[in-house]
Amino acid sequence: MVGEQGGTRRMLTGNAAAAWGARLARVEYIPAFPITPQTEIIESLAAWCAGGELAARFVTLDSEHSMITAAGAAAATGCRVFTATSSQGLLYGLEALWTVAGWRVPLVMVNVSRGLAAPITLEPDHNDILAARDSGCIQLHAETCQEVLDSVLLAYRVAEDPRVRLPVIVNMDGFYLSFTREPVEVPTPQQAADFLPEAQGEPEFRASRPLAQGVAVLQGALYSHFRYQMHLAQEAALAVHEEAAADFEQICGRRYGAVEAYRLEDAELVLVMAGSFATKARAAIDVLRSEGKRVGLLRLRMIRPWPAAAVAAALGHRRGVAVIDQNLSPGLGGILFQEVAATLARSARRPGVLRSFVGGLGGKDISLGEFRHVVDVLAAASDSEDLHGSELLFTEADWQQVQSLVQLAQFPETQAVPSDDGRSEVRR
Amino acid sequence: MKTKREFIHNLKELPRDELLAPGSPLCAGCGGLLALRLLLKALDGNVAVVNAAGCMTLLAVYPYTPLRTSWLYTTMGSAPAGAQGIRDALDVLIAKGRLPREEDLRVVVLAGDGATLDIGLSSLSGAIHRGLDFYYLCYDNEAFGNTGFQMSAASPYGSRTATSPATPLQAAGTLQQKKDLFEIWRSHHPPYAATLSTADPVDLVDKVRRATRLRGPKLFTALAVCPPGWGSAPSRGFEIAKLALDTGVWPLKEAIDGKVRHTYIPQRRRPLEEYLRTQRRFAHLFSPQRQEDVLHRMQQAVDAYWDEVQRHEMPPR
Repeated sequence: MVGEQGGTRRMLTGNAAAAWGARLARVEYIPAFPITPQTEIIESLAAWCAGGELAARFVTLDSEHSMITAAGAAAATGCRVFTATSSQGLLYGLEALWTVAGWRVPLVMVNVSRGLAAPITLEPDHNDILAARDSGCIQLHAETCQEVLDSVLLAYRVAEDPRVRLPVIVNMDGFYLSFTREPVEVPTPQQAADFLPEAQGEPEFRASRPLAQGVAVLQGALYSHFRYQMHLAQEAALAVHEEAAADFEQICGRRYGAVEAYRLEDAELVLVMAGSFATKARAAIDVLRSEGKRVGLLRLRMIRPWPAAAVAAALGHRRGVAVIDQNLSPGLGGILFQEVAATLARSARRPGVLRSFVGGLGGKDISLGEFRHVVDVLAAASDSEDLHGSELLFTEADWQQVQSLVQLAQFPETQAVPSDDGRSEVRR
Repeated sequence: MKTKREFIHNLKELPRDELLAPGSPLCAGCGGLLALRLLLKALDGNVAVVNAAGCMTLLAVYPYTPLRTSWLYTTMGSAPAGAQGIRDALDVLIAKGRLPREEDLRVVVLAGDGATLDIGLSSLSGAIHRGLDFYYLCYDNEAFGNTGFQMSAASPYGSRTATSPATPLQAAGTLQQKKDLFEIWRSHHPPYAATLSTADPVDLVDKVRRATRLRGPKLFTALAVCPPGWGSAPSRGFEIAKLALDTGVWPLKEAIDGKVRHTYIPQRRRPLEEYLRTQRRFAHLFSPQRQEDVLHRMQQAVDAYWDEVQRHEMPPR
């Protein structure tokens, strides 16, 4: 079916959308390693490479550590590279991720967020992708399957720009996006080619021009010099992304910013979120608005580089701001709250109330009641309140679920309450 | 008994070109450096060296490199995957016409024994399994040399390292047996695998040249005399490497499509002790008292090895 912007409308999972993004980007090399819930991406790409629909070399590596190294080395040689991972895989490859970012090579990786072990789980939260926060990779967090596809195309424009030359990670939530079909407008090959030209960079490793890459530096001044260049390149990526997003809008009709506002114009209270759970927040905001509450949403799409100016402009003059982090730094609380708070602390105008909530860990739902609670807390809080820690969004129904599961398993010692020492153990 | 050389027959025929310039921060008398220099001579340039963390990582320190070839430092555990990325990318770029064929490179992984047998074994195994067309040089100094000579999976039984000291509780020092890299490789069915010695540069170059005709993984491990780690004078490198051959503790061999052939079979092996006595890492075997049981076990392992070779490769006497 032909979509409004000339592309083809298809029902696609987030994983399929990611694969389509890579296909339309005409990637040349795909090192892969399977992990749930990402595997459908590499399966789709493997099928296209084997079937001739995509002229790329597909290679299954022996681990994510090897996979990211191979991805970086191929990008360093001059190929357009795509890869994907998730969760434990991202952490297994983390050393290599830091390394290839330091090589200043453009490649695009999709991460399908999934909570980290232990206890091992499958459903999403953002602790995996935030573990890569300081790697030097640019991070774009998608909310919808459409945005996954579009962000992959945008990511190549940003990664390959000479002002940037850094890997870009496009993040989507496992299950909620990875395995959920949504209508996606797939750009035509012509649209994709107009937006993103064929890979054409000059190959780096070649016989006639020996090149030493990734060499050691043994002095702090040199190290500082190179690391700070990565920071400057990240900062440059803000403007590069804006340019690319403007071109993308012209060609494909959809516009993406570093942050996205929803019903923010007259909002007194603002929720700040990232990823697909922002869709739940939108629905809750519509209900709360119908009750007369002036609530809005600021969705963080670009986490690195951190869009400080946009965050400050969107939040500085509000009465109350709540950051709902789908991640937990034990001993601190929500991670993105810290970044929002640090930004606002440095800005001329600050919201009266700033609160931190942690929700959706391991894919736990955030219900309308929980959003309502967050908004009620903001509304009731006074400008001069004391320091508050992060509050976990965890309902009576959630607690009942934990208790009933433990009781169903009929452990005599755990009939009343689950063990409270925090260990997910099953003893006989 | 040496096998007939195929490509070069004496030192005078060694390629003159130096792809590794003098001047690097590596230790005096480094056997690994010599092995690399000879391997690069045999390959005649047009090489991309992919390095795993180790002593050799200090070859290219910004803004200098002594190499007249390309270089990519990766991580300690994934240099073979780096080789995979470069090889695949070169193939893609050449196939698409983005890179002229004459710009092609031979991709060489350069890794120590710790990066090879410990942290990087999975990555190496994967690259061989995938049939990657690459060269692998393991410079085997039998420990983690760059960090101060700690025990690796290549440290031989009876050797002392910084983490396997010789004490009354573990008199031998290292108690484990060295992993057999050659046989690990052979179990992956590569087209070519070989051991090398810097004491026989003609054999080294001959083997590398032979391997260049084959497609797929071409795997080399060179015993790398390590003066600071082994506790030997830098000037004695050749003598020690030669003793490793003549005592039979470092056999020279190759496997083409899995078929093993020794390229040097010492007719009358010298006692292992002569080799051990050249290095301080074995000094505890002789003083304060002689550890007869350890020495016996080490000699027996060498003898058993060559008995097996005798049965399979030597004509009956």
